[in-house]
Amino acid sequence: MFTWDKNWEVVIGLEVHTQLQTQSKIFSGSSTAYGAEPNTQASAVDIALPGVLPVMNLEAARLAVKFGLAIGAHINQRNVFARKNYFYPDLPKGYQISQMELPIVGLGKLDIETEEGTKEIGITRAHLEEDAGKSLHEDFHGQTGIDLNRAGTPLLEIVSEPDMRSPAEAVAYLRKLHSLVRYIEICDGNMQEGSFRCDANVSVRPRGQQELGTRTELKNINSFRFVERAIEFEIERQIDILEDGGSIVQETRLYDADKHETRSMRSKEEAHDYRYFPDPDLPPMILEDSFLDEVRATLPELPTQKRQRFIDELGLSESDANVLTAEREVADFFEAAANATKAETKLVANWMTGELFANLNKSELSIDESPISSAQLATLLDRIADKTLSGNTAKKVFTGLWEQEGEVDEIIEAKGLKQITDTGAIEAIVDEVIANCSEQVEQYKGGNEKVIGFLVGQVMQKSKGKANPQMANQMLKEKLDA
Amino acid sequence: MTITTLAQLSADLDSGKISSVELTQHYIDRVDNSNHNAFISINKEQALAQAKAADDKRASGEASSLLGVPVAQKDIFCIKGTQTTCGSKILENFTAPYTATVVENMHQHGVVSLGKTNMDEFAMGSSNETSYFGNVINPWSSSTSDTTALVPGGSSGGSAAAVAAQLAPAATGTDTGGSIRQPAAFCNLTGIKPSYGRCSRYGMIAFASSLDQAGPMTHTAEDAALLLNTMAGFDAKDSTSLDVPAEDFSAQLGDSLEGLKIGLPKEYFGDGLDADIAELVENAIKEYEKLGATVKEISLPNSELALPSYYVIAPAEASSNLSRFDGVRYGMRTEQYSDLVDMYTKTRTEGFGDEVKRRIMIGAYALSSGYYDAYYAQAQKLRRLISNDFTAAFKECDVILGPTTPSPAFAAGSRTDDPVSMYLNDIYTIPVNLAGLPAASIPAGFTKAGLPAGLHLITPYLQEAKLLNIAHQYQQATDWHTQAPQSVSNGGQA
Repeated sequence: MFTWDKNWEVVIGLEVHTQLQTQSKIFSGSSTAYGAEPNTQASAVDIALPGVLPVMNLEAARLAVKFGLAIGAHINQRNVFARKNYFYPDLPKGYQISQMELPIVGLGKLDIETEEGTKEIGITRAHLEEDAGKSLHEDFHGQTGIDLNRAGTPLLEIVSEPDMRSPAEAVAYLRKLHSLVRYIEICDGNMQEGSFRCDANVSVRPRGQQELGTRTELKNINSFRFVERAIEFEIERQIDILEDGGSIVQETRLYDADKHETRSMRSKEEAHDYRYFPDPDLPPMILEDSFLDEVRATLPELPTQKRQRFIDELGLSESDANVLTAEREVADFFEAAANATKAETKLVANWMTGELFANLNKSELSIDESPISSAQLATLLDRIADKTLSGNTAKKVFTGLWEQEGEVDEIIEAKGLKQITDTGAIEAIVDEVIANCSEQVEQYKGGNEKVIGFLVGQVMQKSKGKANPQMANQMLKEKLDA
Repeated sequence: MTITTLAQLSADLDSGKISSVELTQHYIDRVDNSNHNAFISINKEQALAQAKAADDKRASGEASSLLGVPVAQKDIFCIKGTQTTCGSKILENFTAPYTATVVENMHQHGVVSLGKTNMDEFAMGSSNETSYFGNVINPWSSSTSDTTALVPGGSSGGSAAAVAAQLAPAATGTDTGGSIRQPAAFCNLTGIKPSYGRCSRYGMIAFASSLDQAGPMTHTAEDAALLLNTMAGFDAKDSTSLDVPAEDFSAQLGDSLEGLKIGLPKEYFGDGLDADIAELVENAIKEYEKLGATVKEISLPNSELALPSYYVIAPAEASSNLSRFDGVRYGMRTEQYSDLVDMYTKTRTEGFGDEVKRRIMIGAYALSSGYYDAYYAQAQKLRRLISNDFTAAFKECDVILGPTTPSPAFAAGSRTDDPVSMYLNDIYTIPVNLAGLPAASIPAGFTKAGLPAGLHLITPYLQEAKLLNIAHQYQQATDWHTQAPQSVSNGGQA
């Protein structure tokens, strides 16, 4: 657990770039699919031929508005595209079309769970912009290749207020945001492919001081783990400098995950003057009330609403509800299994948060990649409910399902795990155990009732785990108490 | 030799008096034998193939008014498979892989693209002297006693010279601050700058996006209407294109001007206006009065703010629009460079001319952090004031009339060292672009030295059809527009 000298207060704000999952680019008709051969998804507009013009893809606006509504933000029904001017080979026009003064989404908020309870994190704004292409340095000896497939992919840049006070809060916010954009299906959240990218603004100040300390901007932190580690490193670096009587330079710093350090990329003095101005090729975007209503109607149940429903209607504990609503796919899996099984909802929650998550974590799989489907889990729990399986034999079936050995009933059959509920069969084993374990029988009769557990264990062992343990327990007691 | 109009050629093609292939070959030959330097390139095979296709269509019974008529295209328009330079070295080796919407529309109507005309580099200039491909000679040069070569105006100087020298019966131009109207005035032509948004800008290489507009350059208003009919129209590929129903710009030709209220802005008749031009404009006013119009003085009080506003907004937009010419993907790249920044610097230093560099620097400065409010934001405020002036003026009149330029065509080289005197050429035309209005320049007669003068007509937004009729009625009553320069009468030699 990371700690620092609590005389220092940490202030963190995050800028998150989410790639909006539209079919085509924000200002051209080219496909946004990932992984195509270089420059096969780059049209005349994307490569910025002389004379071409951008045309707004309304689907991107729709997804941005969806996000704004989901965080209860103000939607700027008149918003303006601006040009951000700088030269770079993967920026074909020599400017990026973005939004400056009038972004599509204004002030909103997101609640995160912290150790001290729920905390509100302000979201300053979210604006639409186009992604740049990629520079490829590996494949060209002494030269740089440019792939413009990604150029023009729609991004929503979500800027938080400097409301976070620890690396853990920053990660909690980032996870919450990551969950939300996937819930409302505006972004696939794939961090490896760069669909969800984060920059962090970090500063420290003596506790109690009103004004903010000088901040640095951390780039290249594209996993939850790296965000946490990069901020931790930066906090220590800044406190060390300040405690040595130095001062922080406002600059952009790059996080190097291999060396676990941040290093200076460019200072404020070297910062670009982007010469922002409204893009004369794109008139201001006007969003009618009807458009907002239309988008509102497409909003799914949001995580906080779902969490409350799981507690109120399904009787889950707060902690189970938190875990099972953290990701939409998990919640969907849970609801599908709960609806399909006759077992109690609590049992579904226990098996998911216990056995299923343990196995997924161990194999580093997401819920979507689970070898066990929600329907299979539901059937498994049905077999517990109808007493075909005990808790222990159910785990063996679970393992069989995980290993793709077949369906639930096939595995029970193949492994001979069907619980013995035939009174006569159990009685025969119980009698055998009583006859073989005279020592323990005497102890029980002498008043040591705990020893019944040992005797039940013997019955289970002799039945190869198939005897119904409740029946064995009851029968043993009846015979010994007689 | 008198002028040949599109209307006449259309009739000749209809009657079978001439074929499109013969007509196209006729103009190609005239271009080959001319020395005005009006064209940067001609794609003869493509032009003749289009002409042949047009003849085939006519033979099969299809006909539209300009089917098979050759028209010269300003080299600012991308045309698939043709060299498209925008008058710049940086695009000398650029062959367009697609066609501009305006040209595509013309092709749909069967217009034959004759070739690409010379122009000021990236449309920045008023004399065609900033072209990388050399000066264009105004065909009216030798009509004066002075033998100095005169400029044709700019930036559509090649288009103006081509039509004036009858190397093409009509041409396209583009107008950001006067680039159609000023060369039309200098070369005795009819030039129309339509309302902003009438003609798609897709495929027209951008100078200043909020001001650029394509339009026709012809001998007569009737021809301008015919050509504009083939150029204009909504285009989903241009977000600033006007989504209004298609209109026949010839529809009002023939309407009476009885009761037309003409406004004369006092600011357009002040100091700096050439006395001969002032007199020719006075004569034109009298002509309009004879046609039944009434005249009153009006005021456009913020006119003097137009030039400073324009010379912030246009360069600001240009500085950004021209960033794509970086040597990375197409066009010129410097031969030797040490790293990326060196490549950018050398490519753009070698590839752009002085005027383009000057405007990029002005524009980048006006947009830079700390100066934006003082320059760009302020210029936008002035732009609104200027636009409001017109709105107020049109409450008092139907059309605003004045001179197109303060002076007639000048000698090549006489103003190149003094950008401000060059910029003053466009003092009457620039406010129209800032307001997005339609305007025309039409021939108004000749100065004592024998040089053409232009009459400037401005109407409210989207009133091109009315504007064209106001020009047409004047041309029914006068014959200035039928005059050809001596050199042309003598057989096409400058």
